[in-house]
Amino acid sequence: MQLPDLPLTAIAIGIHVADWRAAVTAAGDGLVRSGSTGPGYTKRMIDVIDEFGAYVVIAPGLALAHARPGPDVIAEGLSVVTLAEPVAFGHPHNDPVSVVLGLAVTTGDEHVLLVAELANLFNDPRVIPALAAATDAAGIRSLLGVTAPAGEANGVRE
Amino acid sequence: MKIVALCGVGVGTSAILKMNAERALARLDIDAEVTATDVASVQTVGADAQVILTSSELVAHIGKTNADIVVIDNYFDLDELTTKLEDALG
Repeated sequence: MQLPDLPLTAIAIGIHVADWRAAVTAAGDGLVRSGSTGPGYTKRMIDVIDEFGAYVVIAPGLALAHARPGPDVIAEGLSVVTLAEPVAFGHPHNDPVSVVLGLAVTTGDEHVLLVAELANLFNDPRVIPALAAATDAAGIRSLLGVTAPAGEANGVRE
Repeated sequence: MKIVALCGVGVGTSAILKMNAERALARLDIDAEVTATDVASVQTVGADAQVILTSSELVAHIGKTNADIVVIDNYFDLDELTTKLEDALG
């Protein structure tokens, strides 16, 4: 399975955030802007980390923000946020985080297929630093093996 | 043999952990069933598990278990998974 299309609205490159909450909020904003979720989902992603800790930081420099499926998930979606200055999430080994992926799925099964694709991608250890260093949407899409949605030129930033 | 991959909400990172644990087990030529689950279900799903794979952040949420708890730092590092699974199962 391929990852979903990654519209420009789901990508934020080199943004400045003060802390992990702002970083996850930025990933949630990407999901909201691209029509994947309602704003309630962003809060639920933060709640998961408040409840269970920074386990979403699953590799050095990478957080996979997500929550359970729910009525605030309109369609499956992925957002990508890279940070100008990495922030700590509180993970003992994988801090600081420079890339935050926001993930929203409508069913658990869908999720499994999506994360399987993510696992295939990120088993290559070069991908996280390359994403962190990417300077445009085309670079991000190329690293993730995804395309621009129909009607949106690949790599053109608004 | 049963191995549980644990994450906070069960629709999350446990699927990545499960997939890469299966790859590590294939490397080790060990035949085991890997099940992904969440904190709420780990006591039930993990009752007969030999190993629970998870993040350091979630260890305190597991509660009492007879399984070996194996903490994985980098979910994408097959070498780490292979070494730690070999230690736990060897």
